Amino acid sequence: MSSVSEIMETMEYGASVEDSSAVRDWLKRHGAFGHFIGGAFTRPGRTFATRDPSTGEALAEVTQGTADDIAQAVKAARKAQRGWAKLSGSERARHLYALARHVQKRERFLSVLESLDNGKPIRESRDIDIPLVVRHFYHHAGWAELRDNAFPGHAPLGVCGQVIPWNFPLLMLAWKIAPALAAGNTVVLKPAEYTPLTALAFAEICQQVGLPAGVVNIVTGDGETGAALVGAEVDKIAFTGSTEVGRAIAGRLAGTGRGLTLELGGKSPFVVMEDADLDAAVEGVVDSIWFNQGQVCCAGSRILVAEAVAARFEALLGARMARLRVGPPLDKSTDIGAIVDPVQKDRIISICAAATDAGAELVGGQPGQGCFIAPGYLKNIAPANPGMEQEIFGPIATLSTFRTADEAAELANNTRYGLAASVWSESATVATDLAARIKAGVVWINSANLFDAAAPFGGWRESGFGREGGRAGMLDYLAPPEVKPAREPAPKPVTAAPDGGAGQAGGIDRTAKLYIGGAQKRPDGGASYAVPGGLAPLGNRKDIRNAVEAAAKAGKWAAMGGHARAQVLYYIAENLSARAADFAALTGKPEIEAAIARAFHYAAWADKFDGANVQAKPGHLVNVIPEPWGILGIACPNAQPLAGFMSLVMPAIAMGNRVVAIPAQDNPLALADLYQVFDTSDLPGGVVNIVTGARKDLAPVLAAHDEVAAMWHVGPPDSLAAVERAACGNLKPVWSPAHRDWTSAAAQGEDFLRHAVQMKTVWLPYGALPAGTGSLAY
Amino acid sequence: MTRNPGTDLRLDWFDGIRINTPAAERRAATLPARRSLKKDHQAAWLLNAIRCIDLTTLAGDDTPDRVARLCAKARQPVAPDLLAALGVTGLTTGAVCVYPTMVAAAKRALGNSGVPVASVATGFPAGLMPLDLRLAEIRYAVDQGADEIDIVITRAHVLRADWTALYDELRAMREASGAAKMKAILATGDLKSLENVAKASHVAMQAGADWIKTSTGKEGVNATLPVSLVMCRAIRDYRARTGHAVGFKPAGGLRTAKDALNWQVLMAEELGRDWLAPDLFRIGASSLLGDIERQISHHVTGRYAGAHRQAIA
Repeated sequence: MSSVSEIMETMEYGASVEDSSAVRDWLKRHGAFGHFIGGAFTRPGRTFATRDPSTGEALAEVTQGTADDIAQAVKAARKAQRGWAKLSGSERARHLYALARHVQKRERFLSVLESLDNGKPIRESRDIDIPLVVRHFYHHAGWAELRDNAFPGHAPLGVCGQVIPWNFPLLMLAWKIAPALAAGNTVVLKPAEYTPLTALAFAEICQQVGLPAGVVNIVTGDGETGAALVGAEVDKIAFTGSTEVGRAIAGRLAGTGRGLTLELGGKSPFVVMEDADLDAAVEGVVDSIWFNQGQVCCAGSRILVAEAVAARFEALLGARMARLRVGPPLDKSTDIGAIVDPVQKDRIISICAAATDAGAELVGGQPGQGCFIAPGYLKNIAPANPGMEQEIFGPIATLSTFRTADEAAELANNTRYGLAASVWSESATVATDLAARIKAGVVWINSANLFDAAAPFGGWRESGFGREGGRAGMLDYLAPPEVKPAREPAPKPVTAAPDGGAGQAGGIDRTAKLYIGGAQKRPDGGASYAVPGGLAPLGNRKDIRNAVEAAAKAGKWAAMGGHARAQVLYYIAENLSARAADFAALTGKPEIEAAIARAFHYAAWADKFDGANVQAKPGHLVNVIPEPWGILGIACPNAQPLAGFMSLVMPAIAMGNRVVAIPAQDNPLALADLYQVFDTSDLPGGVVNIVTGARKDLAPVLAAHDEVAAMWHVGPPDSLAAVERAACGNLKPVWSPAHRDWTSAAAQGEDFLRHAVQMKTVWLPYGALPAGTGSLAY
Repeated sequence: MTRNPGTDLRLDWFDGIRINTPAAERRAATLPARRSLKKDHQAAWLLNAIRCIDLTTLAGDDTPDRVARLCAKARQPVAPDLLAALGVTGLTTGAVCVYPTMVAAAKRALGNSGVPVASVATGFPAGLMPLDLRLAEIRYAVDQGADEIDIVITRAHVLRADWTALYDELRAMREASGAAKMKAILATGDLKSLENVAKASHVAMQAGADWIKTSTGKEGVNATLPVSLVMCRAIRDYRARTGHAVGFKPAGGLRTAKDALNWQVLMAEELGRDWLAPDLFRIGASSLLGDIERQISHHVTGRYAGAHRQAIA
């Protein structure tokens, strides 16, 4: 070691290594771990080593969970669930509070264990991960206490299977377990094979605080163990991980009726406008893609910078990058630690190689010995370059430019993902506009990678669905009040009547048409099928395509705002009312009355289904904004054609969606009169599109369409399964409300609205003046 | 060291400056957590901080003898046995800083130690005196032997965005300082917004300040890390444009050894190694030295120190 006087010349930092002896003692004491099932650790089975990626040293042996282990754990969770759900909210809150307190007391231990197992810098586990874990349990202790007040009539789902990734092992555990337990569920959680240790330490904490046996079960293992959990008799699967695996899970669960939330990959845009604080933005990059070695699903990995400031931004970025310290995770002066595993390191290197082969230039990003990779970025990179399209999941950003705000938004949205975005501009006008335009579940204005238990987190598009955190997160672990299901009549076979066949309706030949883009269209196949009252057009896949295209052109509907949409819905109600007698003759009185009621009801809601301003952190304006999906596909029940259609379509369009609907197969002719009402009610063309025909043929085509963002389906399990499988392509969520009496009160309400929107959480840190100068912010 | 000659007033160098205060706060808050100094490295960095201290007394009751005692501490800031144990010789503070009427006493007390004397001037701390009197005060301090002049700016010029007036005033002060180096005190606690701080920093550098300094120590809020961060970035940008390295002096508010480390980490991370030496980095402080000395004592002896066993300033 250099002498003090020598150090005074070099002014180097020297090593400052966090003490890991307590953790190493703990590991030595255990040696090999079993699972945590029913409140006790099982004997280790067939084990594998979990390693410190910075050295390759084996830290402990953990057990490879078998299907039998999963079955045992699910059984234990099932056994515990009834008792856990029967506890009062206060009693569950006390358990969650105890978990929060114990994690807090063991912060240092857990931080060191996390950094050892994962390779992340101790600064991050100590200052970010573990404090957020604590915050999450505290926050959800509150939700446990308040569940029955905040979510009247809601019930827990039952047993939840949860599969979490290796990038934030304990934090992802907290995001999964805290809301599940608060709602009254029990869980079986599988930590990632690379990073199981903090989950096992958490299991010990569950024992220490006296959490009832079986409420939390932890089964370690690899992807096979996870697959066994996905296939087990649980009520919901919550998964965080890659889009590829998420898609496989969604396919596997198709038709099972089990709940599913997915938090998947991203390639999040990081937009730097010309009026941004460029130093702040550069620091934002450090907090994004150079945080946790870039192994962050929501990392702002696609830097888009205004051409006007691109040169200066890059110069600042390069200088800042040069000061980052790559080093041992436990050194307190390390900025960038170890990649979690050699497999991941190789993956990062190979994507970078593919990117440079395709013409991009890599600045920095050199691989080091072991699991280390220096921070870097890819420049001169084209939109179709693999480095631009694939999630690198390493400390390598992409850097490209744009000219104007509209181009920034366009480039930002040019991705199949939609997890997060960062927007940098000192103009509130510009920044909030970009936040509104960018399609992502979380938008950070002048900030990056901010998290809080009160702020819902989750993706749009192929970044998944479902939210973690806050009220929205709780709803994903609760079942709404049950409705009385009804039996849906099976659709009759559709027989194509060739063109020219006559349909008799009251003596007048009646051949209805499809309704696409605000106009009546003959079906592509030119055929119809016989239905009561005449002939209905027999739509095919091309008609679905045309309907979606028409819907895509009607984007203005969302931008009109709730008040303007409400007026259209009121107008629909008024015109329906004027023709109530005609409709009553077709459908009976209850249906037309329900239809009018729906239009009125959702007109009322159109400007009132508000988001929330949540209390995340002082000095941060955090708004949770419900936004329409965009194009929503709806497969209507095969009964009560008018009431069923209106009960589903009205809430969807009230929230600003455009709809492509497949009406009741057997009896759709009332809709031919309905679209006339739409035409006379100023409903813009393309907002509602109607394609009649065989649901089993049309619904999967609609569900598979990549332009359609979400799907609603009422129908039997086999039909639902086909739709859910088809929906996996772009990972659109499928909502399948039970068939019911669509004229009843149970066919209307907030549950429909909730499924008609997806949440966007927008963070805006504020503060005119720095600390100590009277600003409230800090 | 070559001095900063300044430039013409160049409004375009800072007109478009944008500073996001929460982001600056966040960087400042995480910076100390990103770097850690232990054992010998910590001792070395603490001794380096002493090298950069402008040991200061600016009180109404200052007397020549009090100033002499301060100077003795500046010449020998850490007990010789402790320094010997660390193998460090010739350690002094960066300068002493006094009122103009105390300059002569300080010069006498410092003798040939090589420790420079800095004098505040220009109607310190408020600066609201007629310009000719402020300039006369500078000339008086220089005449008394001051090696460095710590001037205060007219805050009103910043608050009114009258950059020409600010520049002209600073130019005149720089002229009056002659061979003495000039530190421009921005009184950032009065300027409040970080954009004001950045703009004032640029004007001061363009007018030829050798150091830009945060505070008089008399404002409601003195040196803070976010303000320092903004000033360091201004120094970086000025250097990129002109090639001239301007020094930085946080003053008031640095009281603990931990503060001394934090500010040095800021300098190292934002400006680099060159800004860890007294020609480009000074700390305006009085009580800070005592806390550093306590830490050094603990480092050497392994015992926690008692204040009464250290020589006071």
